Amino acid sequence: MANPMGSALSMLNKIAASETIDKIGMRKPLEKLVYAGTKTGFSAISAANRQFKPLLDVVRPTRMRHARTPDLFDLNFTDEQAMFRDTVRRLVDERVIPVAATADEERATPRALLDQIHALGVSLMAVPEELGGAGVERDEVLHMILAEELGRGDMGIATAALAPLGVINALTQWGTANQQAKYLAAFASESFVPATVALNEASVLFDPFQLQTTARRTADGYELNGEKTLVPLAEDSALFLVAAKLTGEGPRLFIVEPGMEGVSCRPDPAMGLGAAATQRLLLEQVKLPREALLGDIDTAFDYEAFIQLTRIGWSAVVTGCCQAVLDYVIPYVKDREAFGEPIAFRQSVAFMVANIGIELEGLRLLVYRAASRAAQDKSFAREAYIAYLQASEKGMQIGTDGVQLLGGHGFTKEHPVERWYRNLRSAGIQYNAFMV
Amino acid sequence: MLNLDLPRKFKGIMEPAEQAARNVFRPISRKYDRAEHEYPKELDLFSAAIDGMNDGDLSKSAGAAKLKQDASGDEGVRNGSNMQSLAGMEWLCWGDVGLVLTLPRNGLGNAAIAAVANEEQTKRFDGKWAAMAITEPGAGSDSAAIRTTAQLDGDAYVLNGEKIYITSGERTDLIVVWATVDKSAGRAAIKSFVVEWGTPGMELVRLEKKLGIRASDTAQVLFKDCRVPKENLLGSPEVDTRKGFGGVMQTFDNTRPMVAGMALGVARAALERIRELLEAQVKPQYGKPVLNVSAIEAELHRMDAELEAARLLTWKAAWMADNAQPNSMEASMAKAKAGRVCNWITLRCVEIAGSLGYGEDELLEKWARDSKILDIFEGTQQIQQLVVARRLLGLSSAQLK
Repeated sequence: MANPMGSALSMLNKIAASETIDKIGMRKPLEKLVYAGTKTGFSAISAANRQFKPLLDVVRPTRMRHARTPDLFDLNFTDEQAMFRDTVRRLVDERVIPVAATADEERATPRALLDQIHALGVSLMAVPEELGGAGVERDEVLHMILAEELGRGDMGIATAALAPLGVINALTQWGTANQQAKYLAAFASESFVPATVALNEASVLFDPFQLQTTARRTADGYELNGEKTLVPLAEDSALFLVAAKLTGEGPRLFIVEPGMEGVSCRPDPAMGLGAAATQRLLLEQVKLPREALLGDIDTAFDYEAFIQLTRIGWSAVVTGCCQAVLDYVIPYVKDREAFGEPIAFRQSVAFMVANIGIELEGLRLLVYRAASRAAQDKSFAREAYIAYLQASEKGMQIGTDGVQLLGGHGFTKEHPVERWYRNLRSAGIQYNAFMV
Repeated sequence: MLNLDLPRKFKGIMEPAEQAARNVFRPISRKYDRAEHEYPKELDLFSAAIDGMNDGDLSKSAGAAKLKQDASGDEGVRNGSNMQSLAGMEWLCWGDVGLVLTLPRNGLGNAAIAAVANEEQTKRFDGKWAAMAITEPGAGSDSAAIRTTAQLDGDAYVLNGEKIYITSGERTDLIVVWATVDKSAGRAAIKSFVVEWGTPGMELVRLEKKLGIRASDTAQVLFKDCRVPKENLLGSPEVDTRKGFGGVMQTFDNTRPMVAGMALGVARAALERIRELLEAQVKPQYGKPVLNVSAIEAELHRMDAELEAARLLTWKAAWMADNAQPNSMEASMAKAKAGRVCNWITLRCVEIAGSLGYGEDELLEKWARDSKILDIFEGTQQIQQLVVARRLLGLSSAQLK
């Protein structure tokens, strides 16, 4: 089959076959993005001005199905997924890694870079065809691959770039017909649309199932009160999915638009994830219409599944960063000499590298298993939980070993291990991540 | 297509293995832990049953004999003999690892024969039980320091030297002996020889008394002018310094995941038992962060996570072998991870169960003794780390000692 999009574009076959991209005028911009590699000329989106309008008149929500997986233990990706991984890998090497340190320092990911990552087409593929995207199948594994590769580039940039995908996936999986029609099409546009989940709160021993943010029923909807921490891209976000405790029930997600009264944000700089431009999101007596409750009152919404899919996504990002540590320390310890020979010749150094390799691979396989089970409609709560647990513990261990292996040099900003140490501490903490 | 669950067809091997573990091994587990050096005669019947299952699936699960790197040119992903053996192995060792180690006709020597024997040898040694003799009083992990010599004299090699820690060394029909044909040529001169028990010049010195796996005998054997037919040399007789250990070491790529599989079985046994004992106190749930649950629940989650990581690393190594991918590093990763995780879990479970776990009424204390060997034989934890480090760093054994 001819490849009209150029070899750089990953999901070429599916995207190319999609009639939707012609319908919405996406083919040309996509081609341009793919061929050009870099791009300028997309005007910045002003978050507050964005108007979400229902695209179509839909009565039933659209759910995407999974592809069938053969009953064989298999560590291979599909050809399509492998090609996609290679494409992301190149993009990360050429565009993400060179700007990562600056993005962290300046606490901003360049919009052009977010557009380039967006141009890989993942969001487009995540929005169902019927709703203006090009998505046919739900593919958690593909999203996991994207997360792992971006995490290898920079966890902060990954957080920013992936945040809208979490919103899309939640809307696709649980949104009502009206919610999907109103919001999803916007994400299938040619440029990056910032949007994010807001879940974390400033409390010790934070538990995503015990939220302080509340949603109280009112005559015509809900009133939201609370404060969210570490929210990526909050200042520019066109849409928030805010987690709050619905009085008398449990935690739910609410669709919040930034222009609403009572919604504000302020910078919330942290130890790491600088490039995600994290903010505090303040919600003071925010009046929401009834339609703001994700999944409506009757539609089944699974908060635990949402949390577990988020854990898989974040664990994949952590895995990628651990890979970056390993890739960096290997040449360093072979090059660095002490006592007349490379320090790699010493077992105390070499064994540390070996253990990074062993624990990283174990972590990766846990993440792969959790994602692949989700993609096969099998239960995945345990698998996601233990993957996240290992990501938290091994991730931080690898982060601290990375600095240790470089000694004093690792403590300075001359080397990226300093940033990875800070970023990896968010393993086990960050819940404002995207669900795969 | 990514899938890290075992195929349903493995039920054919895992169910009989589970039955054997529950009904054959567990009931006699404590008996042969106490009666060290006594031959578990129950196993003869069991082995006969396995052999009797013509082409039965369980015969593939029982040990190392069927292991082989699959190099057939088949298209597509394979879940073959390495993975099947592994799946069975975990279950059998959930029953009792000591008894599994002394299962007739499934010694490590059988794995060596399966990996490097030629067609004639394969036929000649078929159906025999073979132990493996590598370690010497002065050479453990450092196999290149082997001092047992094999001198070609007419139609035979003459073996001289002393071998220790031979698993099932007294009970087997054959012993695969590592010896050097030229002391000055280093590891390239190390060859393996199949010696039939009863060959004049070989003598059982003693059986070890051990910390664990007491059902499995560990022998010391002396070779004094022991003449072995020249046709019993496994692999090439040439001393090729460029190839080094060559064929001898490639056995490990197949057997290390198997030993890792043993560790998975023992660790799972302990984890399951401690869960049973804690049933009233702890119900597993996967929502709350690990910091928000009780200390014991958090500990169980950690053990679960570590064991699952070890299991997936092991499956990966076996899967690579089934799909003809070089897996030396992955085999060592699996062995390193599974060995240390198993030892940690079994010891922790004893501690959690207190004096109940420490006492002989429970098998927890036995598993905590058995587990230690799994982090030692087939390459210690440190040797595995060395293998992994050399591969990751691209260093030779001369550079990273």
